[in-house]
Amino acid sequence: MQKTFNKLILSLILPALLLIVWQLSAWQAQNATVLPTIGRVLENFIHATDNFIGLGSIPRNIGVSLIRVLSGYTVGVLIAVPLGVLMGYSKTIQQIFETFVNIFRPIPPLAWQPLALAIFGMASIATLFNMPFGQQYVFWGNFKIAMVFLIGMGSFFPVVANVMFGVQSVRQTLIDSARVLGASEKDIFFKILIPAAAPSIINGLRVGLAIGWACLVGAEMLPGSVAGVGYLITHAYELARTDLVITGMICIGGVGALLDSIFRIIANKYFSWESKTR
Amino acid sequence: MKETILVEHLEKVFYSQNDMEIIALTDMNLRVPENEFLCILGPSGCGKSTLLRIIAGLEKASSGRVFYNGREHTKPCREIGMVFQSYSLMPWLNVLDNIALGLEFAGVSKPERMAIAREYLDMIGMSNFGKAFPYELSGGMQQRVAIARALANNPDVLLMDEPFGALDAYTRIIMQKELLRIWEQRKKTIIFVTHSVDEAVYLADRIILMSGNPGRIKKEIAITIPRVRERSNPRYGELTSELLALLEGA
Ligand SMILES: Nc1ncnc2c1ncn2[C@@H]1O[C@H](COP(=O)(O)OP(=O)(O)O)[C@@H](O)[C@H]1O
Ligand SMILES: [Mg+2]
Repeated sequence: MQKTFNKLILSLILPALLLIVWQLSAWQAQNATVLPTIGRVLENFIHATDNFIGLGSIPRNIGVSLIRVLSGYTVGVLIAVPLGVLMGYSKTIQQIFETFVNIFRPIPPLAWQPLALAIFGMASIATLFNMPFGQQYVFWGNFKIAMVFLIGMGSFFPVVANVMFGVQSVRQTLIDSARVLGASEKDIFFKILIPAAAPSIINGLRVGLAIGWACLVGAEMLPGSVAGVGYLITHAYELARTDLVITGMICIGGVGALLDSIFRIIANKYFSWESKTR
Repeated sequence: MKETILVEHLEKVFYSQNDMEIIALTDMNLRVPENEFLCILGPSGCGKSTLLRIIAGLEKASSGRVFYNGREHTKPCREIGMVFQSYSLMPWLNVLDNIALGLEFAGVSKPERMAIAREYLDMIGMSNFGKAFPYELSGGMQQRVAIARALANNPDVLLMDEPFGALDAYTRIIMQKELLRIWEQRKKTIIFVTHSVDEAVYLADRIILMSGNPGRIKKEIAITIPRVRERSNPRYGELTSELLALLEGA
């Protein structure tokens, strides 16, 4: 109990310091466009369900952003995990894909913006599923394929790299032990490589989601968006509403940290063997 | 007597980073009769592990052949089990699941394989550790589980690569006794690699002494001291000194 309490105190020192510096600087600046006070920003959270600058409530914007990120992330992960596993498993597959992946990896996802727009245009989940015009259409029209693509690109590379590394670093003794116990190639793949690499795979998924989420603001700068935390930030900036910009930033940071802690909990619960194995 | 394992003119060459040839084994010939407890003794680097891995089918020979019950053997199979020196348990499986792993590969139903695993768990004297994970066990306990895992598969031949090398002297002596008891009870052919002269004299029906660079057989000695062998037996001491002298010249 005492220990958890100490840990909490230690982890709160720097955030508290940041808040103090922020508030002092805000008083110094005396200009809400440059830096609003903590109170101004807090106000936004207290009235979170208000309709902000015509974009709807904060929870709604977070919801829209979450759906965007999760759909891009899902697509990225569905390709990245099998590819990473196969690249780790087979030298040949690795050689086929590695150069290709390495060329695209250093390109920041946002650099894809113009191309994404040119390729996917205004296509959205609504047009993809041929929805009839109506309330549903308007809602799902918010989720442009170009955005999903950008976020998917962001998630893809860290997941591929981590998964491949995880599968490659499975100790040879474990594979050999399984073989002499009579494992088939399929057993080796599903009952040895995948579980042995699971902690790295989870770590890749975690980093991938963090990066996908960090691509949000850039993805939501694409035209055709009228909701989402990223768009809220861009639009608030245009209206010189710095307090709303900061509100949006805090939302992104908070939700990102929350998503990350979900992965940490999963990793601690199911993969604690990894850190404890010498 | 019928031989279980036959090794003919085995040769193994490795290539180092700078393409240097390392001759790990040269012209190895070995006949292992059914139910024999054979010890392979030699200084480290003389190719003992390589020999065992080739017999197991984990490594390909450069030339020469391995036969199991008269048929050429090239791929790992459940009839020829192997125990590694250390850290071979699946860290994400608990002790029972580790012991049952080979049976799972063989398609044995869950209740049945769990029952068998429990039986072997009792045999290694770890009845209370079924749900424990490998990281919660000492090196000696992990090694006992690895042996139980190999035995649960009921292999015909058991290859053991310095299985007690990482254990303290006391645990090691206990394990040697235990292994002999199991071997006598279940009648298996065992090829046991060690670099301990004492261990070889204590365990073996026959000792193959190897020397390195390149790895080959130097001498073969049958041990006829009746079991359970007493280390105080004068014959035991004689053999040990003889082998030590030979090892020094190896
Ligand atoms: N995968 C490998 N690549 C290159 N050389 C190897 C490899 N495995 C073993 N060797 C070499 O073969 C020789 C025999 O090794 P090993 O069979 O492990 O000996 P032992 O088990 O008797 O200590 C050593 O010189 C070792 O360096
Ligand atoms: Mg060795």
